[in-house]
Amino acid sequence: MSDQVMLEMRGITKRFPGVIANEDVDFDVRAGEVHTLLGENGAGKSTLMKILFGLYQPDEGEVIWQGSPAEIASPSQAIEAGIGMVHQHFMLVPTLTVAENVALGLNSGRGPFTDLDAVSDRIRQISDQHGLAVEPSVDVWRLSVGERQRVEIMKAIYRDAQLLVLDEPTAVLTPQEVDDLFEILRRMTDEGRGLIFISHKLHEVMALSDRITVLRNGRVSGHTTPAEASREKLAEMMVGRAVKLTPDRPPVATGSPRLEVRSLSVQGDRGTRAVDDITFEVKGGEILGIAGVSGNGQREIAEAIAGLRAPLPGSHISLDGQDVAALKTKERRNMGLAYVPEERMKDGAVADFSVSENLILVNHDQEEFMSSGLFNFDAIRRHCTELVERFAVKTPTIDTPTSSLSGGNIQKVIIARELTGDPGVLIASQPTRGVDIGSAEYIHEQLIAQREKGTATLLISEDLDEVLGLSDRIAVVFEGRIVAIVDAEDATREAIGLLMAGVVEPTG
Amino acid sequence: MSDFFTMSILVATVASGIRLATPYLLAGLGETVGQKSGVLNLGVDGVMQLSAFFAYWTVLETDNLFLGSIVGVVVGIVMGVVYAVVTVVFQAQQGISGIGIFLFGLGFSDLMFRRQVGTPRPANQLPELPIPILSDIPVVGEALFEHSALTYLAFAMVPLLAFMLRSTTFGMNIRAVGENPQAADSLGVSVAWTRTFAILIGNAMAGLAGAALVLELGIFQPNLTAGLGFIAVALVYFGAWRPAGVMSGALLYGLVAAVVLQWKAQGIIPRGASDIAAMAPAVLTILALVILAGRVQAPSALTRPFSRH
Repeated sequence: MSDQVMLEMRGITKRFPGVIANEDVDFDVRAGEVHTLLGENGAGKSTLMKILFGLYQPDEGEVIWQGSPAEIASPSQAIEAGIGMVHQHFMLVPTLTVAENVALGLNSGRGPFTDLDAVSDRIRQISDQHGLAVEPSVDVWRLSVGERQRVEIMKAIYRDAQLLVLDEPTAVLTPQEVDDLFEILRRMTDEGRGLIFISHKLHEVMALSDRITVLRNGRVSGHTTPAEASREKLAEMMVGRAVKLTPDRPPVATGSPRLEVRSLSVQGDRGTRAVDDITFEVKGGEILGIAGVSGNGQREIAEAIAGLRAPLPGSHISLDGQDVAALKTKERRNMGLAYVPEERMKDGAVADFSVSENLILVNHDQEEFMSSGLFNFDAIRRHCTELVERFAVKTPTIDTPTSSLSGGNIQKVIIARELTGDPGVLIASQPTRGVDIGSAEYIHEQLIAQREKGTATLLISEDLDEVLGLSDRIAVVFEGRIVAIVDAEDATREAIGLLMAGVVEPTG
Repeated sequence: MSDFFTMSILVATVASGIRLATPYLLAGLGETVGQKSGVLNLGVDGVMQLSAFFAYWTVLETDNLFLGSIVGVVVGIVMGVVYAVVTVVFQAQQGISGIGIFLFGLGFSDLMFRRQVGTPRPANQLPELPIPILSDIPVVGEALFEHSALTYLAFAMVPLLAFMLRSTTFGMNIRAVGENPQAADSLGVSVAWTRTFAILIGNAMAGLAGAALVLELGIFQPNLTAGLGFIAVALVYFGAWRPAGVMSGALLYGLVAAVVLQWKAQGIIPRGASDIAAMAPAVLTILALVILAGRVQAPSALTRPFSRH
């Protein structure tokens, strides 16, 4: 690592109506280092990066790039200056080939044509040099998530980015893919490029960073290094108070199986067999974690149990010993099934409805809320006010539109609704994805509390720390099959990671 | 009944099918370019209507068919500028804006016709331009190579546009902004300009389609297109956003329409049933759409306005 400062952002302040997104933020990157930007959603990381990228102009402060003040007015100017970005949601055109995606926006070519052969040659050259395996002629929609990310990095190196911003690059990768990515990133820093790493996965931040800057509520709450910090300390800097990253799990005597799934096969949206002959059971007082990379059948498993997707013939699902094959979603819910779907705003809540309307979304037809076919608004208000207090939902009123709440608070609304009446079986899909650490901590506590009340919980999560921290047993899914079910006590990140990639080691 | 299968009637029917397909093809190809860039234009029919009137009026006044066609294109482009301002600059809902364009074209062409022409008068028609040598081929020559310049142009546009979309930088940009405008924007491709040019190409071709329609007939009447532009939009879906696919759809439509006309003329279809038979091309298109539904993915960003924030 050299000491040459590539980028300096000095005293950056950016205000939006009613909010200060960045306040007097200092941030710099030296050549050859990984400088991590850590912070909760809404802490101001993306505003700062949008300023760096020319999407916003700062109200105060200056950006100094390679020693001189830079006026970056648009992404293309940032790219031209040598600043690249790998966005969290890939900026790729699926119907174009890898070479076309790389060439897009470059006026490299002959007249009206882009010389894709020349682009492909250069891509192969960079591939060899950086260990970025990508095939230029393939359509991007055919690529795996890990490959798509390599295309994103390829786009930046192709444009000779000296500074690369990686926005939550590991969110969708398996642990092995993360290792590969870090390998690639280290090669880039060895060449003297600077990297800004944005992540909230604390162990990755600890593993990759040279320096760490933590943002909270738009301000820098501290600078540190992995040598000085710990995961707990980083979390505390992010949230502003001590945070329990791994919840206490008091031992609970498990009861009889409350959710039984036998030989379940389900068709996915593309007509393929997304879930292929899986069998498991969850006992009362137990949390069964489903670990796996997104898209390996998790959504279909959850929807089949919830009654939202018909399983293929030969599948059996029972709740408290009763076969529910013929029952509709509503009937299953009446038997004590609760479901926290992964798509919070699409399947979990009606965005335009008020908090109270979302809180009674599944049980508004019950006697306590109805009188002679009309809503009993007094009873509804009482019920919702109590839930908002009990689940610490931060909302101005219970009549506030749900869409104006933060992700963490929307998720609390959904959790509050689903845990009303102590469900016998709870399916929790990605319960804390995109949720701030404080809310995640709270949601975890609620899931643990529910476990003590005898609920059988199926926890589906791509966050391995969450699965390891909460589960009693862990089932790993790969390509629609359960490759192993292990006791959480015996499980290690590495072993689960290998299973998630479909590597099954011979046992015994 | 057996009369239909004489060689000369078959040839005439095919030739008439190709002629009838021309405006559908031109408008459908133009709409394909726009939709590839993520912009749905439901106003095609109105644009055609307005272009048809101005092309007709120009020819009526000047007897210059070439000038008439150019005027049709120019009117299309002017309407395209309006549509681009509304949908790209102001990011209005494309569906509603397109219906607005349609209604404007319908109403304004009607008004202009009543004020400036009044009663329908015949104007010069597009002459048939038999292609030397090719048109001398027995049977095929007469069916395929004795058409107007605009028909040849329409069919020539099929490979040209396919090539443009597939192999040029501009075509790549169009496909990119129609699938993932954020990605294109992040690499410095101007989504607004790319979509605007795609809209202008689409509207220029819709304008030409209007000119082709009216100059083939040699006469204008209010609501001349009678929904033809909407069929052209449907043909884009039918053709799965590929120029060759749109051509197949336009030809299918034109040929079925020609057969129906021929059978009506010969009395094969009883008088009372002719209105029902006239629906055959539309019914066929709808059936094809139902069968093809879901097999091909529309451009992902179709109808979605783009803004950075």
